[in-house]
Amino acid sequence: MLLFILRRIGIMILTALCLTFVVFALTNLEPNLEKLAKTQGNVRMTDEQVATWLEQNGYTDPMLSRYGQWLGVFPGWTREDADGKISGRCISRDVPADIAPQRCGVLQGDWGWSTVLREEVSSVIGKRLGLTGILMFWVMALMVPMALIMGILAGMREGSRLDRSLSTISIATTATPEYVSGVILITVFASSAVGLKWFKGTATSAMDGITFENFTLPVVTIALYGMGYIARMTRASMTEVMTAQYIRTARLKGVSFHNIVLKHALRNALIAPFTVIMLQIPWLLNGVVIVETLFNYKGFGWTLVQAASNNDIELLLGCSVVAVVVVLVTQLISDVGYVFLNPRIRIS
Amino acid sequence: MTKRDYDGPILEIEKLSISFFTRLREIPAVMDFSVKVQPGEAMGLVGESGCGKSTVALGVMQDLGVNGRIVGGTIKFKGRDLSEMSAEELRDIRGSEIAMIYQEPMASLNPAMKIGKQLMEVPMIHEGISAKAAYERALEVVTDVRLPDPKRMLESYPHQLSGGQQQRIVIAMALMANPSLLILDEPTTALDVTVEAAVVDLVKDLGKKYGTSMLFISHNLGLVLETCDRLCVMYSGEAVETGSIEDVFDEMQHPYTQALFRSIPLPGADKNARPLVAIPGNFPLPHERPPGCNFGPRCDYFETGRCDAQDIRMHPVPGNDRHATRCLRFQEIDWHAPVARAETTESTAVGAPVLKIDRLKKYYEVAANALFSGHKKVVKANEDLSFEAREGETLAIVGESGCGKSTFAKVLMGLETATDGAIRLDNADIEGIPIEKRGTDLVSSVQMVFQNPFDTLNPSMSVGRQIMRALEIFGVGATDAERRARMLELLDLVKLPRAFADRMPRQLSGGQKQRVGIARAFAGGARIVVADEPVSALDVSVQAAVTDLLMEIQREEKTTLLFISHDLSIVRYLSDRVMVMYLGHVVELGTTDQVFSPPYHPYTEALLSAVPIADTSVKKKHIVLEGDIPSAMNPPSGCPFQTRCRWKTEVPGGICESEVPPIRRLAEGHQIKCHLSDDMLARMEPVIKIAAE
Repeated sequence: MLLFILRRIGIMILTALCLTFVVFALTNLEPNLEKLAKTQGNVRMTDEQVATWLEQNGYTDPMLSRYGQWLGVFPGWTREDADGKISGRCISRDVPADIAPQRCGVLQGDWGWSTVLREEVSSVIGKRLGLTGILMFWVMALMVPMALIMGILAGMREGSRLDRSLSTISIATTATPEYVSGVILITVFASSAVGLKWFKGTATSAMDGITFENFTLPVVTIALYGMGYIARMTRASMTEVMTAQYIRTARLKGVSFHNIVLKHALRNALIAPFTVIMLQIPWLLNGVVIVETLFNYKGFGWTLVQAASNNDIELLLGCSVVAVVVVLVTQLISDVGYVFLNPRIRIS
Repeated sequence: MTKRDYDGPILEIEKLSISFFTRLREIPAVMDFSVKVQPGEAMGLVGESGCGKSTVALGVMQDLGVNGRIVGGTIKFKGRDLSEMSAEELRDIRGSEIAMIYQEPMASLNPAMKIGKQLMEVPMIHEGISAKAAYERALEVVTDVRLPDPKRMLESYPHQLSGGQQQRIVIAMALMANPSLLILDEPTTALDVTVEAAVVDLVKDLGKKYGTSMLFISHNLGLVLETCDRLCVMYSGEAVETGSIEDVFDEMQHPYTQALFRSIPLPGADKNARPLVAIPGNFPLPHERPPGCNFGPRCDYFETGRCDAQDIRMHPVPGNDRHATRCLRFQEIDWHAPVARAETTESTAVGAPVLKIDRLKKYYEVAANALFSGHKKVVKANEDLSFEAREGETLAIVGESGCGKSTFAKVLMGLETATDGAIRLDNADIEGIPIEKRGTDLVSSVQMVFQNPFDTLNPSMSVGRQIMRALEIFGVGATDAERRARMLELLDLVKLPRAFADRMPRQLSGGQKQRVGIARAFAGGARIVVADEPVSALDVSVQAAVTDLLMEIQREEKTTLLFISHDLSIVRYLSDRVMVMYLGHVVELGTTDQVFSPPYHPYTEALLSAVPIADTSVKKKHIVLEGDIPSAMNPPSGCPFQTRCRWKTEVPGGICESEVPPIRRLAEGHQIKCHLSDDMLARMEPVIKIAAE
């Protein structure tokens, strides 16, 4: 088992390197850099000035070497000006040339400087990821149990009235995008149009402290959307299991219906949805963009949008590293969990 | 629930009719079916697939699903009508009073639940006993079904057990609550013959020990003969004949029963002198049943205006015990009239050797675990295969699953390449040439007829097109028109109407599909045809026709036929020479007569004893092999068969465990791989004896 996990981690690291390199190459394309130079320097720079700026800031090195520097495996660039002033990747006002480390990249914990938020990328991501993490936790806590219960109730008697009504609900919620359901929810529960005013239509205050009032609507909006999907998967898996021969065996053994569902069908039916649930985590991380914008909750999705629209290369890279790591880690968890759910592929 | 004492019949089925309802129509699956099972009696239910025998079983269990319904008649269990019981009462009876054993043990066991838990559940539900007491009971029953290491068994998951072991667990589960009636639905179909023999033996003993009545469903007449006291033959939803085993086997009173017996190869049948008589036509679909007698259109004794005039009732046969038949003319037919001789044929002269296999080895390297590949393990699928096959001969390759017969077929076909050794076809080495590098000639001269005709035809291409495609690949015919002409000739050859060229595979029955498969194999003038269990997926009544067709084409084309099978009856019937394989070794090779009579290799002896024979005059020696076939990944030392051999003690010095036996020539063309001394071999008795008539 340990060997298996080590191998998987090895493959994960390789995948992460490839993926981040792709993102790095795409964000560091010529036009992006030119835009960066103009926003950092002067909007009315001439082409020559742009070229000089790029050269002075180390952007003219080959792509691979820049990627290595960003990663922190190659030494950061240094150059000496005509007047003897040394500048370099790892040298800044706070860190003069004589004490600057040779390498400074992601591996050394130096994730760069966000040009838009004027802050260290690592602290931005840490803060925003934390906020989204709280949101995700509540979404999962609501969505997964609800979806599993719905799926199992629907799937245990295929074609029954319960199955049809639950299926209709889950299809309807999945078919409604978050920006529609979010608006509807706000209208019904938070505006004076209906007049219920149970919850707040914005989650800005939730960034300082979560209350039932300010956090319910964003959580419900995301959970509704994802719930239908998982419920459908669970239902499909459950109906398949319920027609399996070993369920007939159990039935003809005299096992009562609720014990058939709970003891015989449940574990087998959860094998397939488990993978789907694990895939939901990375989807949530990036998919919260709409809801975060809608409810003005400045989390990870919001940061990603800001970084992308403002050509904030280092922040964007930081976000993508986080996204890649989350995807790969959840996949690892899903593979390991699968082994525990399904005794047929357990290691001898 | 306390079990009621009851003296009458355990199970009484009266005029039972079951239908399935689809959106289009009502499909009657069982009509006017009556049967009585007395306490301690074993009742056999025999018929081809689709005849409704499993539906009867599910009807007894009251588990017909959403679409099935009992539309007439009653099923009484110990005098109580099952269809009037509440769900609660039914649940009490299921598992404790009536238990069922299923066809596919793997699918019938919950894959994510430990064996012990699945077994303990039964008495815990029905008798409300504690988990500890249930565990004790489970341990006892698992010991009763002769499984090794019961404690470990209870801690395992189903997938960690072999097929035979799984079936024993299913039997144990059925016996956990000591039921009064045991329903066995084709319990051994998925198992190998030697394992089947052991399981059947077990069921018989346990039936005696626990005094359980049994309803034994099978398509295999031989198996029913071995296990049951009475039987009921079903055809197309109806019982056609019922009675005691002796009455039905020896004094059959229904044309279908007679035809069924004539179409299965019994000892004494011979492909040239006494060929099988196939039942003409096809099994009617449930919604296309003819008026009157269902068997009418295929019956030799059919009388227009009488047999198709009205529904036929069961008629008791006078003089016999509870023997009845669903035939109007049973008293007019001369049941002892000899079989109308089908034409006898000359056996073909065997020509020069075409194929020569020399010390062929095929090893596979597999990861020890599919998901967590660590160190590799070697599967020795073929170890030291040597034999010759001559032109125009039929060489049967016999052995149980895992013996390496299919691997050999793959290597010969070029789907795999050999690890070592040589395959020589007309003096050209082909063992190392994969199929994609083989020339047109080679591909068309080595062809295969597959086991499962249902999956081997492309479902979206018409039959004619598929054969023409094969012709195109084999380079036969220059134009499409020429190939079409040749394709129609091939359809004639396999006795399919030419109109079938434009049909899609789904419109064909299993037997017809297999004929298309045969046509495709012979399309390019094949020298060698490997037939891998070509009839095992087909119904008994169709098997004979397909087998005969294969023989006939072979005779005409002088093809060498390598007939891979586990069914020794059919092998004895059609092959010239037989090769017995075990764990990748050829343990015996000789002419059919040599192999089927003593001296035997101990494994051949056990195989012969395991095959059920549907003939009351045949007396068999009873040999049950202990344990399962060892894994090819971890073969035993010395002789591959030593772990299960009953003769091992007769060989001095324990060399069976240390040395692989040499190949010994016993007679011209007869070789075995065994350490037994000559006089021990000479003392062997024949396994099958036919009582003098």
